[in-house]
Amino acid sequence: MNWFHFIAQNHGQVLELTLEHLWMVGVSTLLAALIGIPLGILIAHWPILNKPVLATANIIQTIPSLALFGFLLPVPWLGDRVERLAILALTLYALLPLIRNTYTGIRGVDPAVVEAGRGMGMTDRQLLFQVELPLALSVILSGVRVAVVISVGLATIAAAIGAGGLGELIFRGLAMVNNQLILAGAIPAALLALVADFSLGWLERRLRPR
Amino acid sequence: MQRDPHNGPAIEFRNVAYDLPNGQVILSGLNLDVFRGEILVLLGRSGSGKTTTLKLINRLLAPTAGEVRVEGSVVAQQDVVRLRRRIGYVIQEIGLFPHFNVERNIGLVPRIEGWPEEKIRSRTQELLQMVGLEPNLASRYPHQLSGGQRQRVGVARALAADPAILLMDEPFGALDPLTRNELQHEFLSLQQRLHKTVVFVTHDLNEALRLGSRIALMEVGKLVTVLSPQDFLQSTDPLAAAYVQAFRSGLDSAANRGTQ
Repeated sequence: MNWFHFIAQNHGQVLELTLEHLWMVGVSTLLAALIGIPLGILIAHWPILNKPVLATANIIQTIPSLALFGFLLPVPWLGDRVERLAILALTLYALLPLIRNTYTGIRGVDPAVVEAGRGMGMTDRQLLFQVELPLALSVILSGVRVAVVISVGLATIAAAIGAGGLGELIFRGLAMVNNQLILAGAIPAALLALVADFSLGWLERRLRPR
Repeated sequence: MQRDPHNGPAIEFRNVAYDLPNGQVILSGLNLDVFRGEILVLLGRSGSGKTTTLKLINRLLAPTAGEVRVEGSVVAQQDVVRLRRRIGYVIQEIGLFPHFNVERNIGLVPRIEGWPEEKIRSRTQELLQMVGLEPNLASRYPHQLSGGQRQRVGVARALAADPAILLMDEPFGALDPLTRNELQHEFLSLQQRLHKTVVFVTHDLNEALRLGSRIALMEVGKLVTVLSPQDFLQSTDPLAAAYVQAFRSGLDSAANRGTQ
């Protein structure tokens, strides 16, 4: 039985696990953006906070993913539902690229442009939403792209704690020494990462200021 | 445009000093009046404090001693956003927003002031014409314009809400000599109609002589002297004389080379 045949026979399950996978990646990226972008804006304007915030995000990044999933398992509310836990862990990993790129993007805006805006009487809020964020958008988006690609890979490991996703096929395949099963998880996961990378990269180039 | 009842100078500096937090003195003991409707040129080399002086007017910087008054009231006691929207500000071409087209760049202050859209549009068209730009440039982005066109947009943007005061920081500095000449000329004829109070920063004596009602000469954070262009050329002040000398020697040496 070749691999395509195998996929054709099990397409329902592969599709379901792919959707689960996408759900985990999507929700965690959204949460990470909701936390990371404001944090990035904050440290771009308050340089004193820059070191501690980036250092914390960096440390989180260095924790091995399997260990982080394990550490979080006994936490009361989180451990009840493993998807919650997986999403939290993925969110934590996605924070660093989002904070760092938002910070870099805003700091990279030409200070003369910001000063011109301020000199003409724009408020801090107007400067942020009309000048700094639009000009930093492509850099922020490249942070989102990195975060998504990392998350797609990491989310396969979430299956180790039973959170589902394409990793389930990989782990099952490993246990059963079944390469077709491993590839049935690994290839869609790789494709997801490629598609996300390509489409967000395209969007990023379109939004890049000239 | 309503006028303030205040009758004194449009801008006053009273014993103004500006030091950096590390103690470095940028500006000290500055006393200067800028009269209504004049073009006061701040002339000096880089580091002389002329840009700092300009930024003290719209409170991009706050004096560490003394006070700055605009229309008779101390700027430190005014609402900073309101103050800035009453003062036009032109810097070198980099000050245009790269992600805004010409129309949005010019309409910036009217828009944040909440003017109705059709009024902003008609004002933008009026300003494009006033600074000598084709109406069809309105939808272009700054990177699609020439240096001279960008600078015209900068002037139009500063004039948008019809401020009584204009601050100009080397606005024509990055232009080639011919375009600069053209813009200086047009700026003068514009000023004859608009009668703004203008503070103009430059390091170019030629530009200062040409545009200035008066020239305030600055050096290492101090105001050296304030002179009319005619008096500047005759001045016995060593620094002013040195500027004139440097200015003339360029012409003379070129002329002498021609005779050899």
